[in-house]
Amino acid sequence: MSGHRRRIIGCGNRHRGDDAAGLLVVQRLRELGLPAEEQSGDGLSLIESWNDADEVILIDAVVAGAEPGTIHFWDAEGANALPADGAKKTSTHGFGVAQAIELARNLDRLPPKLFIYGIEGSLFEIGTLPSPKVIAAVETLAQQIASEWNRKPGRVA
Amino acid sequence: MNTKTRTIKVDTLARVEGEGALLIKLRGERVTDVKLRIYEPPRFFEAFLRGRHYSEAADLTARICGICPVAYQMSAVHAMERALGVHIDPAVRMLRRLFYCGEWIESHALHVYMLHAPDFLGYQDSIQMARDHRSVVERGLRLKKIGNRVVRSLGGREIHPISAAVGGFYKTPAKSLVRELEEDLKWAVEASLETLKLVSSFEFPEFEQDYEFVALSHPEEYPFNEGRLVSNRGLNIDAAEYEDQFLEQHVKHSNALHSVVRGRGSYLVGPLARYNLNFDKLPEVARDAALMAGLKPPVKNPFRSIGVRAVELVFACAEALRIVHEYEPPPQPRIEPLVRRSTGAAITEAPRGILYQRYALDENGLIVAAKIVPPTSQNQKRIEDDLREFAEQVVAWPLDEATWKCEQAIRNYDPCISCATHFLKLKVERE
Repeated sequence: MSGHRRRIIGCGNRHRGDDAAGLLVVQRLRELGLPAEEQSGDGLSLIESWNDADEVILIDAVVAGAEPGTIHFWDAEGANALPADGAKKTSTHGFGVAQAIELARNLDRLPPKLFIYGIEGSLFEIGTLPSPKVIAAVETLAQQIASEWNRKPGRVA
Repeated sequence: MNTKTRTIKVDTLARVEGEGALLIKLRGERVTDVKLRIYEPPRFFEAFLRGRHYSEAADLTARICGICPVAYQMSAVHAMERALGVHIDPAVRMLRRLFYCGEWIESHALHVYMLHAPDFLGYQDSIQMARDHRSVVERGLRLKKIGNRVVRSLGGREIHPISAAVGGFYKTPAKSLVRELEEDLKWAVEASLETLKLVSSFEFPEFEQDYEFVALSHPEEYPFNEGRLVSNRGLNIDAAEYEDQFLEQHVKHSNALHSVVRGRGSYLVGPLARYNLNFDKLPEVARDAALMAGLKPPVKNPFRSIGVRAVELVFACAEALRIVHEYEPPPQPRIEPLVRRSTGAAITEAPRGILYQRYALDENGLIVAAKIVPPTSQNQKRIEDDLREFAEQVVAWPLDEATWKCEQAIRNYDPCISCATHFLKLKVERE
């Protein structure tokens, strides 16, 4: 399986409180020696960025009504699929991860495997820091992704 | 007579850049109030530019918008160059035009395909539209990507590019890098002509307004960076006179300022204005295609702005191809200005319309005053005026359809709310 191209992408905004979660996971994964990439979360760029990958792991902050710091896990497809109503609103601003997945699905441009980790956030104000619960979840999730990554063979896309 | 009052209300406008709301109050068949409320928080750029060095303004103002950073940079560097008396190399000027073409291509492709076409094809959004019109959406995405590539090749990256500088560019691209764009741009010219054919097949509501169109005008070129500011009502001024003729007003319901022409009121900036005032400056390929598409100027129906945007796509792709073909790198990337106490103002044509900036500098080149007037705040009052007229046409419709049409009337302007704050949701109330 050396031809299996994998990619880890974290999305978010460093200057909007808990929205930094995806980027912080990327930073931690890099410290752990994994090739993770940052993205602003612009949906159209996301679709481009996974063009040539067989497997993509996406990490982003989410609001799903759980306790802050809760780690969610979804597949793009299958029994554990991301809820489709997450993609209802389309401003460019809000053309985010959920919309990118739905658009890519309709264009037949989803990678063969796409896994999404979400860290539940609650504060997204400009100029604020992520909350302690989210920071704790970042560490837990980074460790979990790193151990799964190291168990599976493959190369970086 | 029906005196029932109703409200059209959209709390979060979709498919616009940034956050805003719309409220329309109706009494019977009459519109009693229209408010375009921009609640995205103010960002205080003009305040925090003060005390910064003149050379920082291009990079700071690029952060105002992720869609049109080039426009902010270009107005900033031109204002500084006018303040400091810098005359740029003709090759740099051509590169700046190419830079601007890249931004128009990505911004217009995004709006025409992803934000506006779903209104005419009857979809909630481009995601749903992609299911039935896959090749159309693919074409839009590829056009946008080409625009991004042009911006990246000159600016180092596609969002918030980093090479624009007072006096030129920090780095100019090698001839080979620019020539590599040629194949993509040849495809883009054809794709933009297809775009125009597609959008001219849409159905448009009968709705014309008597606008004051305001745009730059240059003796030889379709305007980007240079020219006098003109209108169809006799305005003809230099950028330095802008604040004598235009006034920004605070309104209670919006975080964006409303602009008016002194003594006359609202006016329209953007593709319709540029097109109607500069049709004869378009290259033949764009002019011919526009006339074939039924867009004989003046176009006064704002719903037809999608067609005009497509004409401008043809222009931007053809102009980019021409520049790429003729490109020779300038002898030096930039000229170092001599600092002096001075003031300079400039206007350039952002994808959504004219963007005015003025700076005053002290003897050390530090900014002592800054003023930025983005296109969406200039169009904001005009959007409300359109809605006041348009809502009367849809007043008898079921509320959800009326609301949907009013949202479309806003999207005609491709408003960039994030830029305009200092600046949308839709709400129609029937009293």
